[in-house]
Amino acid sequence: MSVIVARQFDDAEQQRNASDLGMWVFLATEILFFGGLFAAYVATRLHDPQAFAMASRLTNITLGSINTGVLLTSSLTMALAVRATKLGSRRAATAFLSTTAVLGVAFLAIKFTEYALDYRGHLVPVLDFAHSGPHAGGIENFFYLYFLMTGLHSLHMIIGIVVVAVLVGMNRRGDFMPEYFTPVELGGLYWHLVDIVWIFLYPLLYLVSRA
Amino acid sequence: MSAVPMPSSRNYLDDGFSLWSWLSSVDHKRIAILYAISITLFFFAGGAAATLIRMELVTPAGDLVSAETYNKLFTMHGVIMVWFFLIPSIPSTLGNFLVPLMIGARDLAFPRLNLASWYLYIAGGLFTIGALVAGGVDTGWTFYTPFSTMFSNTHVIAAVCGVFVVGFSTILTGLNFIVTIHRMRAPGMTWFRLPLFIWAMYATSIIFVLATPVLAMTLFLVAIERFAGVGIFDPALGGDPLLFQHLFWFYSHPAVYVMILPAMGVASEIITCYARKDIFAYRSMAYAVLAIAIIGFLVWGHHMFVSGQSIYAGMVFSILTFLVAIPSAIKVFNWTATLYKGSIRFDAPMLYLLGFVGLFTIGGMTGLFLASLALDVHLHDTYFVIAHFHYIMVGGSVMAFLGAVHFWWPKITGRMYSDRWARFAAIIVFVGFNLTFFPQFLLGYLGMPRRYHEYPPEFQVLNVLSSAGASVLAAGYLLPLFYLFWSLRYGARAGPNPWHATGLEWQTTSPPPVDNFAAIPVVTAPPYQYSAQEER
Repeated sequence: MSVIVARQFDDAEQQRNASDLGMWVFLATEILFFGGLFAAYVATRLHDPQAFAMASRLTNITLGSINTGVLLTSSLTMALAVRATKLGSRRAATAFLSTTAVLGVAFLAIKFTEYALDYRGHLVPVLDFAHSGPHAGGIENFFYLYFLMTGLHSLHMIIGIVVVAVLVGMNRRGDFMPEYFTPVELGGLYWHLVDIVWIFLYPLLYLVSRA
Repeated sequence: MSAVPMPSSRNYLDDGFSLWSWLSSVDHKRIAILYAISITLFFFAGGAAATLIRMELVTPAGDLVSAETYNKLFTMHGVIMVWFFLIPSIPSTLGNFLVPLMIGARDLAFPRLNLASWYLYIAGGLFTIGALVAGGVDTGWTFYTPFSTMFSNTHVIAAVCGVFVVGFSTILTGLNFIVTIHRMRAPGMTWFRLPLFIWAMYATSIIFVLATPVLAMTLFLVAIERFAGVGIFDPALGGDPLLFQHLFWFYSHPAVYVMILPAMGVASEIITCYARKDIFAYRSMAYAVLAIAIIGFLVWGHHMFVSGQSIYAGMVFSILTFLVAIPSAIKVFNWTATLYKGSIRFDAPMLYLLGFVGLFTIGGMTGLFLASLALDVHLHDTYFVIAHFHYIMVGGSVMAFLGAVHFWWPKITGRMYSDRWARFAAIIVFVGFNLTFFPQFLLGYLGMPRRYHEYPPEFQVLNVLSSAGASVLAAGYLLPLFYLFWSLRYGARAGPNPWHATGLEWQTTSPPPVDNFAAIPVVTAPPYQYSAQEER
């Protein structure tokens, strides 16, 4: 068994370095992509800080916090999966990758439950938003951003789960070895990025004035 | 280890002749050709809109098209020219073709991703054409809120989707270039032996990768807000329409440097070759390119001096904008110093690039007028601004693009064109360009605002001059189509290095073989060793 090197590369090392750098550059674009939303959040919050404080208290802190735990754990299992492939233990890698995917699905299930509860609480702009008082506009904008930001994050989670599922398949087929585990490593980088985005979303959306 | 396949000696043009062999090719050279054909089509579509604009402005009355149609025309002109021609022009065609050749690689790092970028470009283009065919967009290429989100009755969402998609095409191209330049250089090709065109591509790619995602998100927010009727740009909810301008210009000002940096790279290649001189102050040229890219990220607020931005923010943005002039001036001085005591030959590519240096200087200097807070109040939204950025984008970028096409044409096609015709076209373009846009500086200074289809009669003489110039310019742009296509069939064979240029791309055959080099070259010296060549 040897590493397949694409025709444009000199050797496996160059190929691996290129893939790694490509992923890091891609993550940089992702950060700037989310960055647009974070900038919008900051500007909108500065316009009406009180509305954001009030709106934040309407989010479901219990489910949000559980989800933070679920996602952090999934990043741990992802890191362990990368290590397992590096060490060549295929069964452990399959177990860790599968756990990661399952935790990802659990995150989404909890998130969508939360969305349903938000809908019942009349907190969804456009579809059903009912709030009155001087800060109603700001609160609506908070939830507009809340759904855009968590929605975009969920979309990234869905893509991540598909990627991890494919990695499970490739791993079971025996595609990876200690000399070649680039897809797992890159999938892991992506997974951690999506996790980090959540680590910023959680305090910005759930913890504005709960102290 | 797997065996390294023998390099194919067939040239890339002969590697399959069916349409599908082109549409499915992952060869960077073929993808460059795909891009070249598509951007040329878009260039003439955007040019057609400009033609109608200039025809309308021949007379003071709005008699050729209605105000609504006029708005749609300048929007179409801007959207197509910015995103479907200027931004991909040099990077996606010549950059795609030359980056691997210049650094001694067999291809870009991710060839399939490269093909995917072209398909994204086409998908974005179809969306945009769809929006235009369905009835057009009247927001201007800037899509300013709240007009775009609340009041415009045209196809804003479709147009925005097109730009969103084409943005990802440039992001992927930038990613590919960054990785290729970092990881795929031939043995001995150190960073400070890279041709300056590669430095320019590197700086451009950084902007692609870091700025375009912000544009994508901003346009996404516009589309959502227009669709849903709720959003953060809506002042009724405590949102801020100005936020859009900040986010938009955070991308779109660096995007201006995306248009000029590649042109600067081209200038460094061509001026050294036709002056037969080493480039003057190579390192400062490389650092200047990076400095322009980095400072370019910090000047977006100079588009908003009269938007109600705080005066202190305005002062900071003004100073930062003046700072960009320093690396830009370094480049102009270094090109001039390169010409000093050179054995200059005035072939067509050189004519284009000498024109570039002069017009870029005028465009850059008038940019400083606009960077001055007080003067900008008078000049903002007038034809002075139009003339300024056309000197940069058309006088600068398009001239450099045409010069580059002529310079590398023998390498790309293996054929020589008629230099006499090419020089004639270069002069026509230069004259036509100045006749079109110089009167617009005067119009703007006299106070004629942009984006109106009628104007007071006292502006007519200058407008007629400008429209006359536009006809000359159009002739200058059509000419190369004829003699370049003619050369494909009847032109003399070029040979590997018709201009006696340095650079790895001239060491392989013309057109290059599928794998670019019979054997990967080893680099032992810095680029542009023309003086040594001349002494031999």
